[in-house]
Amino acid sequence: MAQVSLRKIVKEYEGGVQAVKGIDLEIADHEFVVLVGPSGCGKSTTLRMIAGLEEISAGEIDIGGAVVNDVPPRDRDIAMVFQNYALYPHMSVRENMAFGLMLRKFPKAEIDRRVNEAARILDIGMLLDRKPKALSGGQRQRVAMGRAIVRDPKVFLFDEPLSNLDAKLRVQMRTEIKKVHQTVRTTTIYVTHDQVEAMTLADRVVVMNHGVIEQVGPPQELYHHPRTRFVAGFIGSPAMNFIPAKVVERGNGLVLHLPLGTELAVPEHRVARYKAYAGKTVTFGIRPEHLTDTQNVNKPHVAIFNATPEVLEPMGMETLAHIKLGGAEICARLDPLVAASPGVPLPLAADMNNMHLIDDATGLVI
Amino acid sequence: MAPDSSAAVLAARPAAAPARGSAMKRFARRRSTIAFLMTLPLITVIGGLVAWPAGYAIYLATLNRRQTAFIGLENFDILLESETFRSVIWQSCFFAITAVLLKALVGFWLAHMLHHIPAKGQKIWRGMLLVPWVIPPALSTLGWWWMFDPSYSSINYLINAIGFPSVPWLGEPWWARISVIIVNVWYGAPFFMIMYLAALKSVPDQLYEAAAIDGATGWQGLRHITLPMMQNIISITVLFSLIVTFANYDIVRVLTNGGPRDLTQVFASYAFQVGVLSGNIPRGAAVSLFMFPLLAIIAYFVLRGVNKRNQEMA
Ligand SMILES: Nc1ncnc2c1ncn2[C@@H]1O[C@H](COP(=O)(O)OP(=O)(O)OP(=O)(O)O)[C@@H](O)[C@H]1O
Ligand SMILES: [Mg+2]
Repeated sequence: MAQVSLRKIVKEYEGGVQAVKGIDLEIADHEFVVLVGPSGCGKSTTLRMIAGLEEISAGEIDIGGAVVNDVPPRDRDIAMVFQNYALYPHMSVRENMAFGLMLRKFPKAEIDRRVNEAARILDIGMLLDRKPKALSGGQRQRVAMGRAIVRDPKVFLFDEPLSNLDAKLRVQMRTEIKKVHQTVRTTTIYVTHDQVEAMTLADRVVVMNHGVIEQVGPPQELYHHPRTRFVAGFIGSPAMNFIPAKVVERGNGLVLHLPLGTELAVPEHRVARYKAYAGKTVTFGIRPEHLTDTQNVNKPHVAIFNATPEVLEPMGMETLAHIKLGGAEICARLDPLVAASPGVPLPLAADMNNMHLIDDATGLVI
Repeated sequence: MAPDSSAAVLAARPAAAPARGSAMKRFARRRSTIAFLMTLPLITVIGGLVAWPAGYAIYLATLNRRQTAFIGLENFDILLESETFRSVIWQSCFFAITAVLLKALVGFWLAHMLHHIPAKGQKIWRGMLLVPWVIPPALSTLGWWWMFDPSYSSINYLINAIGFPSVPWLGEPWWARISVIIVNVWYGAPFFMIMYLAALKSVPDQLYEAAAIDGATGWQGLRHITLPMMQNIISITVLFSLIVTFANYDIVRVLTNGGPRDLTQVFASYAFQVGVLSGNIPRGAAVSLFMFPLLAIIAYFVLRGVNKRNQEMA
């Protein structure tokens, strides 16, 4: 068990591609940190540098208080679960799990004890004598995790471990991984491009984009207080709505002028924060869950306006309404019982307590 | 393996097809019939060029010298009692086993080195290292023969140049055996190299990464990942090469012609000597058939192992 620090980590591939552009990250002992971001943002590269599979071009990586830049993977005392599992096809499940311990010359009895314990945690006891070929995707996934658990390493590294599984199994294994972490408490760094996975698993989420860290924080904080437009749009599903808006002073307060003549009042406690932007054009961000039908809205700071849905998607527990507002495509979440039909104007309630304004010049949330 | 199951599928299909027309028509339409007809040319070629000569050789080996009477296994009896033939057995085994092991080792070493040089340089080196294999062996052996020549040996010239005495390459029995093995390894190692290179490339990088993280050193990776993953290719190439090397004729023939004093004879060259040069065809056939049962048994077990691993892993 150990903490991990990345200091000004840079990775430049041959040919001058900068995959990681100087990131700083402190990961505490026992913490579960998820690196999330779109494809090609440098998540895997970062993880592989921590594992020692990729050279570090500049900066320092510290695991458990020792700089490991020049330490080969085998001496870093880490375990990694790969996207396609990378099980040894010529070894049985038991041998796959025991391999690392065998190389480290553990006594036979201890190896057996650990393998059996891991098999019990992961519920793969009856598979121990099979070869990987004879396992299903989910079972292989468990074996790959078992191989990591038996080692009892300082750090677990996961690189998109669930992306080869079908949707249902993915949800199930997600819970499984969380359970395992709650049992063994090993420091974990987990890479995914799925923000739902990131939100559900992480103690802290690290959002990456183009080789830099956009924001680090607990899932709820990222959700409610995104620092940049990128984070605001990346976290949450369906994604946050972005609508061009003009901030206009009215009396002591502010209102937002949206396309099609829609006007929304800014709550008083936010006026000071946005005052400097009066008269300017910004991007108004609001999540679909804060854009609802007008049934039972008696919360303060709700602004009501009319909009015409183009497409309605009934999901069962809610109905998603897709609306064109000027040039912006927005999405609202309606109660399934609300009588709405495409092309018919509908009153919508925007919960302005959860609004965001984004400075278009900097991409930062104001 | 696959052939069994696909044959089963082929056989099962027509049963389900609706029966129409005469039995003959149905028979002709069966997919297994068509499959059989389409492979018939190949079956004919194999039958004519492999099975028939092999059967005929077995038949010949049971005849007397003038091929007038059936004498059973007497040719083998006589051979086993002959001092010369017993040393031919020993020499053949020594030659084949040493040469195959060396070819496998050298081939693996070359493949491993090639595998680790960047793709661009690899092509040139691979091409150059394949040259010995594409030159007709009788020709290249002639080149070696010159290099081993007692008076003109270029190898001895180099050895002398660094201050060592000349080596009687082809004149002394042990050196002659070594010379034959050197030429065979030189000729055969590229085959192993190319097979092993393909096998090395087929091992996913991620297995090495997983092993490195699991704590394996380079050697341990080689031992626990590379070699087991290549085991099928290794056993098939070794088996194949063992069969071919046991049957090797041209190198001994050109380099030493069996000499000195028959001490470099192997089965093939000795069979030629006995059967053709001395005119005892049946006994020559017996010599050349001598290894057949042993090789057949080895082949059976090797291929069974390959099959089993295929089913478990791939
Ligand atoms: N060996 C390499 N040589 C050159 N460029 C590379 C190499 N490996 C990755 N890259 C580049 O580095 C960038 C980051 O790659 P990385 O694999 O870390 O992305 P990722 O965030 O893991 O994406 P994904 O979600 O698709 O796995 C990409 O732009 C990629 O093209
Ligand atoms: Mg990746």
